[in-house]
Amino acid sequence: MPSAQSPTAPVAQAPLTFQELLFRLQSFWAERGCVLQQPYDVEVGAGTMSPETFLRVLGPKPYRVGYAQPSRRPADGRYGENPNRLFKHTQFQLILKPPPVNVQELYLESLTAIGIDLSRHDLKFEEDNWEWPAGGAWGVGWQVMLDGLEITQFTYFQQCGGLDLDPICAELTYGLERIAAFLQDADSIYDIVWARDPQTGTEVTYGDVRLAEEVQFSVYNFEFADVTKLWDHFRLYEEEAKSLIDQANALFKQEGADPVTKRRFPLLAAYELALKCSHLFNLLDARGAISVTERVGVIGRIRNLAVGVARAYAIQQAA
Amino acid sequence: MADFLLELGLEEIPARMIAGAEAELGRRMGDLLSRERLLDMGVTVTTYSTPRRLAVRVEGLVAAQPDAEERLVGPSWAIGFKDGVPGPAAIAFAKKAGVEVSAIEKITNPKGEYLGATVLRKGRTTADLLAAELPKEVLSIYWAKNMYWRAGKPERFVRPLRWLVALLDSEVIPLEIAGISAGNETRGHRILHGDWPVEISSPATYLDALRSAFVEGDVVARRHTIRKALDRVTRAITETAGARWREDEALVETVVHLTEWPTVLYGSFEAEYLSLPEEVLVTVMRDHQKYFAVEDKSGKLAPYFLTVLNTQVDEEGQAIIRHGNERVLRSRFKDAQFFWETDQKIPLAARVDLLKSVTFQKELGSYAWKTEGNLRVAKALASTVKERGHVVFDEAALIKAVELAKTDLTAELVKEFTELQGIVGGLYARAQGLGEPVAAAIYSQYTPAATDDAIPVTVEGQLLGLADRIHTIVAMFGIGNAPTGSKDPFALRRAANAVIKILAESSLPLSVSDLLMAAGCEDRSVTVFLTERLSFYLKDVRGFAYDVVAAVLAADSDDVRDAIARAEALSTVRGSEDFLAISAAFRRIKNIVRQATESGEQFGPINLIPSALVQPEARALLIASADLLIRVAELRQRHDYATAFEAIATLRPTVDAFFDKVMVMAPEPELRAARLALIQSILDGFSGIADFSEIVVS
Repeated sequence: MPSAQSPTAPVAQAPLTFQELLFRLQSFWAERGCVLQQPYDVEVGAGTMSPETFLRVLGPKPYRVGYAQPSRRPADGRYGENPNRLFKHTQFQLILKPPPVNVQELYLESLTAIGIDLSRHDLKFEEDNWEWPAGGAWGVGWQVMLDGLEITQFTYFQQCGGLDLDPICAELTYGLERIAAFLQDADSIYDIVWARDPQTGTEVTYGDVRLAEEVQFSVYNFEFADVTKLWDHFRLYEEEAKSLIDQANALFKQEGADPVTKRRFPLLAAYELALKCSHLFNLLDARGAISVTERVGVIGRIRNLAVGVARAYAIQQAA
Repeated sequence: MADFLLELGLEEIPARMIAGAEAELGRRMGDLLSRERLLDMGVTVTTYSTPRRLAVRVEGLVAAQPDAEERLVGPSWAIGFKDGVPGPAAIAFAKKAGVEVSAIEKITNPKGEYLGATVLRKGRTTADLLAAELPKEVLSIYWAKNMYWRAGKPERFVRPLRWLVALLDSEVIPLEIAGISAGNETRGHRILHGDWPVEISSPATYLDALRSAFVEGDVVARRHTIRKALDRVTRAITETAGARWREDEALVETVVHLTEWPTVLYGSFEAEYLSLPEEVLVTVMRDHQKYFAVEDKSGKLAPYFLTVLNTQVDEEGQAIIRHGNERVLRSRFKDAQFFWETDQKIPLAARVDLLKSVTFQKELGSYAWKTEGNLRVAKALASTVKERGHVVFDEAALIKAVELAKTDLTAELVKEFTELQGIVGGLYARAQGLGEPVAAAIYSQYTPAATDDAIPVTVEGQLLGLADRIHTIVAMFGIGNAPTGSKDPFALRRAANAVIKILAESSLPLSVSDLLMAAGCEDRSVTVFLTERLSFYLKDVRGFAYDVVAAVLAADSDDVRDAIARAEALSTVRGSEDFLAISAAFRRIKNIVRQATESGEQFGPINLIPSALVQPEARALLIASADLLIRVAELRQRHDYATAFEAIATLRPTVDAFFDKVMVMAPEPELRAARLALIQSILDGFSGIADFSEIVVS
């Protein structure tokens, strides 16, 4: 094989466990200049929503970051009974800003690093243009198919928070459970080996780690979540976020405003409040509580917050 | 004679866009060369593509543009030279033309005498010209969706450009596009060849160079390879006697444009999944996985699929890839089976209320709202059809079908596979014992989707299809969502095309105005819209000439099948000399009548006094036309348009004689009014069948 493999990532003997998979991806990208961050600790539906992506892609500053991101999608919960679908799945999110000219080749090398011998598999880049309307974000790219299974969303962002990006970034989002199940040839996600004790060989499965969570949160999301309180939370967070954004805009417009004060303004907090709203919307949706006429309006309200933060953030960065 | 090759090396182009872009590249190249006079005798332009490249080769170029002489014309001679001495104007002109003052010529033309110069324009070399012009041509290629990737956003293209080959014979031309300089190296198959560059020594060796690197650059060859491999691999499925792969031209095209080096593999699935409806199995295989279905010799689905790989692998690799694909398919089928079974726990009838939470259109409301509207329209149509008596149908089944038609939108199977809307509803209706008429109507509610699809087979299905679509069209027009020019986001044209097709090809005794009345619509623009769709149907689907269609619709555009019958009859006679003459006569009559009315003439049937029409030719026309009008009215009752048109053509000699001998605009007001009234009565008399003045003499 002509493409060089990284010296610190030998091809695995046994298929990687779930946590080894994550280690390998993190090492691979760390060796290529990526900052490794932690998952964002506020509920998000995708790695893209973490400020490490949403805000870092704005503006001219180059950045490379990778992080695992548990992603909550309440409507996808299946009480732990569906072997392929989870309320919370784990993405490995990678942002390369600007994208290197050999970004596709690097991606393929990362697959080799996690034990996929490309000479024995069928790989295709099939058109898939990702978008997140509530975030005013969209891009152009592919879903990467491996033997008929989608394993990665590969996107060149064009806009985020309603703003044109310059430079753009490449976003690689790996579906970790899928890849692990693929590598381990597991029929159910819950059978994936999460970790193996190096001394005793005892295995801990994905089900051991997460099944209870999947079951209980499906029950909560579909049956117990208090709709009135969810709306109350939504309104409270929305009001606070709006207020912060308005204050930021007023501050940035002030002639002779102190640059330090501008830089300190808590837009990151405003963004978190917007994320809360987004998650509450997902919960309300799973509960069947968003009516036909309300839906577009609510998404629009979240979009206003996300775009409002993005615009203010862009100004804050440039100041 | 030179040979040129251009290859654009890109990241994977969306399969659906490749063929169009490849053709456009070839066209642009041809146009450029022709414009710049670089084509030699017997030139050929050939294009190639794979997902990662677009290429064009031109054989038979000249190496440089021919030199050309150009004649420049300047100011008038008198201004330039006074008594043979050159003035400042002449000197300036000479400078501009790049010639010596002594070389200035005198040009004499009808406008006078002018300064002239003959300038030799040296032809540019092909290499320089292409290097200068190609960037603009390439970057102008149309893409349905494009992107920018370089800082400062200097250009947009479908995907980032990564390498460039531009060879004129064996020389690289100094071309640069999007920051990439041309060379003579291309790239081979990502996996089978790896990252090592592939040198192309000359355009003639391009395809072979690619093949040596596991890339088939010729689309025709790749398509052929795929089809042969599909055949060959299917023959290996010996467990099913006479197995063959299910033909799917569109899918073949897709996989042609997803692969650089295609091979084919078959896989299998558990036979238990064959208990799922074929529609579901095929949608999963085809739309989600791009697999070809396999059928046995009676056409029934067999538990196998074929997948086209973008690689070639040894047996171990084949086993691995087969296994992976089978896993994915199995999990999708399992999901489908789960949905199918779970969905049935809530029968369609119990889902009606759930439609309140499914949006139809944000300003109009939910699908519950839509269903109520559909019911109103369907009931009105049913009552009209019953009144007219010719067609038998099961009204209770129709009502039930309309009530339940949209409930499958709440089913998990449809939420997962949205393209199965309607079909799944019909299948569930059948499985839930609602009876074949109800099931068939729900099943076919979204056909015809394209102009060559069939209309619903059952009358209930046709009525449901009409009610649903006309309700949507009227409602959308009502909130200002009528289609404009190029924008039709709610696919109303497609819906209207289907309405016309159903009216045309069924036996329903319904006209366009019947539909609008049933939908409670008084908006004229909807009528105009449907007439335009009828015109489209007659021209594009039925193939009638545009002037026949115009003639027929000017008379009546409400009864679709009648319009077709008239168009058919008119098409048969329109070639005859008599008929062309009659059309010309009608045009003449129309013009005279129009001009007369515009200049304030008053005339009408009251003026048709026989005593005012004394001339024999006028008399003859009066009698002949009166007879003919009665005859044509009878033929029209019987819808015998062919004979009616033939009869109308027989009026020709009488009309010709009239115009020969009679002056319509006679000075005497009584005569004039009578003659105008006569010709107008002829116009009016036949205007219910067709406006013959629209027929064009080719």
